[in-house]
Amino acid sequence: MEFWKREGKKIAYFVAAFLGLYYLPLGHGRLAHSFVEALQLVKWYAREHVLLCLIPAFFIAGAISVFISQASVIKYLGARANKFLAYGVASVSGSILAVCSCTVLPLFAGIYRMGAGLGPATAFLYSGPAINVLAVILTARVLGLKLGVARAVGAILFSVVIGLGMQLIFRAEKNPAAAGPAETPEPQTGRPLWQNAVYFALLVGILVFANWAPGAGPGIWRGLYALKWWLTGGFALGLAAVLVLWLGVKFWQVLLISLPPVLLSWLWPQQPLAAFVAAVVGLSVLTSLQPGEAGEWFRSTWDFAKQILPLLLLGVLIAGVLLGRPGEEGLIPGQWVSALVGGNSLGSNFFAAFAGAFMYFATLTEVPILQGLIGHGMGQGPALALLLAGPALSLPNMLVIRSVMGTKKTAVYVMLVVVMATLSGYLFGALF
Amino acid sequence: MRKIQILGTGCPKCLQLARNAEAAAQRLGAEVEIEKIEDVNRILKFGVMLTPALVVDGEVKSAGRVLTPEEILALLR
Repeated sequence: MEFWKREGKKIAYFVAAFLGLYYLPLGHGRLAHSFVEALQLVKWYAREHVLLCLIPAFFIAGAISVFISQASVIKYLGARANKFLAYGVASVSGSILAVCSCTVLPLFAGIYRMGAGLGPATAFLYSGPAINVLAVILTARVLGLKLGVARAVGAILFSVVIGLGMQLIFRAEKNPAAAGPAETPEPQTGRPLWQNAVYFALLVGILVFANWAPGAGPGIWRGLYALKWWLTGGFALGLAAVLVLWLGVKFWQVLLISLPPVLLSWLWPQQPLAAFVAAVVGLSVLTSLQPGEAGEWFRSTWDFAKQILPLLLLGVLIAGVLLGRPGEEGLIPGQWVSALVGGNSLGSNFFAAFAGAFMYFATLTEVPILQGLIGHGMGQGPALALLLAGPALSLPNMLVIRSVMGTKKTAVYVMLVVVMATLSGYLFGALF
Repeated sequence: MRKIQILGTGCPKCLQLARNAEAAAQRLGAEVEIEKIEDVNRILKFGVMLTPALVVDGEVKSAGRVLTPEEILALLR
């Protein structure tokens, strides 16, 4: 007995590993193919999405968490806040406050118990995870601009509807704001708003124009495409000026890191990626060695990358094994997908919303999974339904929400989310 | 004995803050009890919305930020 207690687990692992190897289904083309598909998909992500899209997006997320005072936003969600304003702020502030998904639940609980109450709290809970900058950027890039915009707009609009719905259904109940006003940290003295606006506009400009696709749009669209690297470079110059003027980086240091990208783009104009990478490396090295805000900017950027990239890689691999690339088969037959969530029937939309509500998606992994599903015939409507219901809810976070506001309100909230996601998916699928 | 409480639902930032607090406690030399609080409802009892938050001897010292070991040491002294 003693022996089995000590070694039993190990023996079980050995037996399981042996059985796995003994029955390794090598002969089946499907399994081997699906692993190749997973690697192909990862390669495609690495080539197409990391350098130009994810890296600038991480810098933007890092900048948001360092340079925007969260306390100044929370002020509008406090107990004495204007109710009308509170809904507006709650529905959009996720883009600033929810950059790290784990902060959503404490904030939701805080707004509910100590702040503006049930309505704004549920509005924030719904829109927060869906409109964080990283999610919107990656959705637009991988799944297409239309779905990316629909996701952001849908999340914001429906969060207000859901918040108002909750408030209306439970209007008889008293706000449990008895917990007392929240302890809000002193807002740090920040730079003027317009300086932050310029700084963020420059970062977003770099992201947008570096990713500008030729497309079949009107003439000006193609004209901008021809100029895309000039525009990207222009925004980068602006960023260099911001570093020197507002972030206290020395002029000669910025000049030093600007030299390699300038030289590369001059000597090797047909390879703009080389200059772009040189600029990113230069910026990273420079900011990481700075004291103060510039250094904090890099550290929080790195924190996001460290936290999200491994999960995303895992998500892409799993999506690749199960679903393959668009047009290729993975382990799950494509007919199953199109049977369940194909087309744009109410049933497909409902199934997508319902499954999304209970499933747990790690940050951003909903994107590769959806890409696989869409590649196998999932309709645009159900895709949006899953995007809206998925990141906002999962079984684990339902349990936490229940501990905060009780079983009845949680059940109503989950129902509202599923219904709203179904309807908005249906609407989107019908219109576009 | 001094007491530090770390409020956070278990995200990387909260873990980082806990590590920094441990480093600060070690440098202080005196004995410090460190407690991690992950339950949302208990976090709320401190009146904190922004995690991670740092509580020293029952008083909320910071919220929504990862303090460096030096900053925590200054709070303990």
